[in-house]
Amino acid sequence: MKSEIKLFENGKRLDGRMPDELRNIKIKAGVLHRAEGSCYLEWGGNKVMVAVYGPREAIPRHTQNPLRAIVTARYNMAAFSVDDRKRPGPDRRSREISKVISEALENVILVEKFPRATIDVNIEVLDAEAGTRCAGLTAAAVALVDAGIPMKDIPVSCAAGKIEDQIVLDLGKDEDNYGSADLPIAISPRTGDVLLLQMDGHLTQEEFDKAFDLALKGCHIISDLQKKAILETYQSESGGD
Amino acid sequence: MNQDKREIVIPSQFLGEVKNKKAGKGTFIENGKIYAEILGVLNNNSNYINVISLKGRYDPTEKDFVIGIVIEAMQSSWLVDINAAYPALLHVNEVPWDIDFGETERYLNKGDSIMAKVLQVDQEKKLQITLKDRNLYKIKGGCIFNVEPSKVPRIIGKKGSMISLLKKYTKCRIFVGQNGRIWIDGDEEGINKVIKTIEMIEDESLSYGLTNKIEELLKKDTKDVH
Repeated sequence: MKSEIKLFENGKRLDGRMPDELRNIKIKAGVLHRAEGSCYLEWGGNKVMVAVYGPREAIPRHTQNPLRAIVTARYNMAAFSVDDRKRPGPDRRSREISKVISEALENVILVEKFPRATIDVNIEVLDAEAGTRCAGLTAAAVALVDAGIPMKDIPVSCAAGKIEDQIVLDLGKDEDNYGSADLPIAISPRTGDVLLLQMDGHLTQEEFDKAFDLALKGCHIISDLQKKAILETYQSESGGD
Repeated sequence: MNQDKREIVIPSQFLGEVKNKKAGKGTFIENGKIYAEILGVLNNNSNYINVISLKGRYDPTEKDFVIGIVIEAMQSSWLVDINAAYPALLHVNEVPWDIDFGETERYLNKGDSIMAKVLQVDQEKKLQITLKDRNLYKIKGGCIFNVEPSKVPRIIGKKGSMISLLKKYTKCRIFVGQNGRIWIDGDEEGINKVIKTIEMIEDESLSYGLTNKIEELLKKDTKDVH
């Protein structure tokens, strides 16, 4: 799609960001009392709430794996999260996102420790403004740590894309709608393993490499924010007097 | 007051090299390096690196004493929730009563609480518990209080110092299950005091010299009463 609106002005983007600048991110761990782990995340205009339940026995029984736990992420968009009312319930898009997030998380959780169990990750998108799968996965990782689930790493996700022939980090809503490519990735920041990689639109080989490196850089910045959010919650709790 | 804080670590945090230290609980090794696998408190004891979890489910170990709540009575066994990831099985052969087939409901029913011992944990994490040990029985009266399972050792204290302190000053009967459930029986005032104290222990479980602090507090409380 060719852009009808101007996405760049004086080298700055629509919302005044530089090409390699992230939106504002706010993370808070342990916000829900009844869930074993939870996280609330604001990423620009995205608002995401994640609750983790488990490990607990997987039901129905045929879904159990006698050797390891299964991870069931459920991505759900609230009806009021977008401009037009979204018809509630799982659709093709949210089922796909649930699946890719489940698989990304399965690779960092030590699933062998909980045979026959399930770990349920409920991702609720309260407000959407492009990049909700990245926001959801990033928040899910924090909620899993908050639930005390053993993990090899805290996964983190970020997107890069192409607008008006320029590679930029973390697409906003209009940039996503009128831009020419979107590349969300998720990584394991300690090892650099890629846990999720999707692409929408077209990129040349060089553009892809550039976008990938940029998204990788964004991931590491967000990873630090995640760790800070977790430590903040628990250091204050253990503060003694 | 001793305000030394214990260090909190998060998963994937680097803790040390394998050649210098041994990897203990809550850690994993990759390429000769030790990392934390859970959110917890770092414990750098002698030559082991341990991470003691702050949150999470109870991980059942054989011979642990736990408090369970019956979920279901079946023909020749009960399913009991012991706050682990899986329900535990209590077979009629593992109770001290003589029960006819299908008569299980007459002895223990859904919602009843029991003190039990973990009998067996197999590879698939199938759990079996037993009532055949000293002082194990169905709970009648009193109340059950829940805490994080990882904080149970702090509530018991070194060689039971903390728990005997509580018993001494409140004159309550207390049973601490390893799964984070605590049964308290006594007069109302005593129960409230125990709950208040346990809540405080939970909040300050990371500070040093906690037993002494709690003792002072309990002493002061009893003085106020008289």
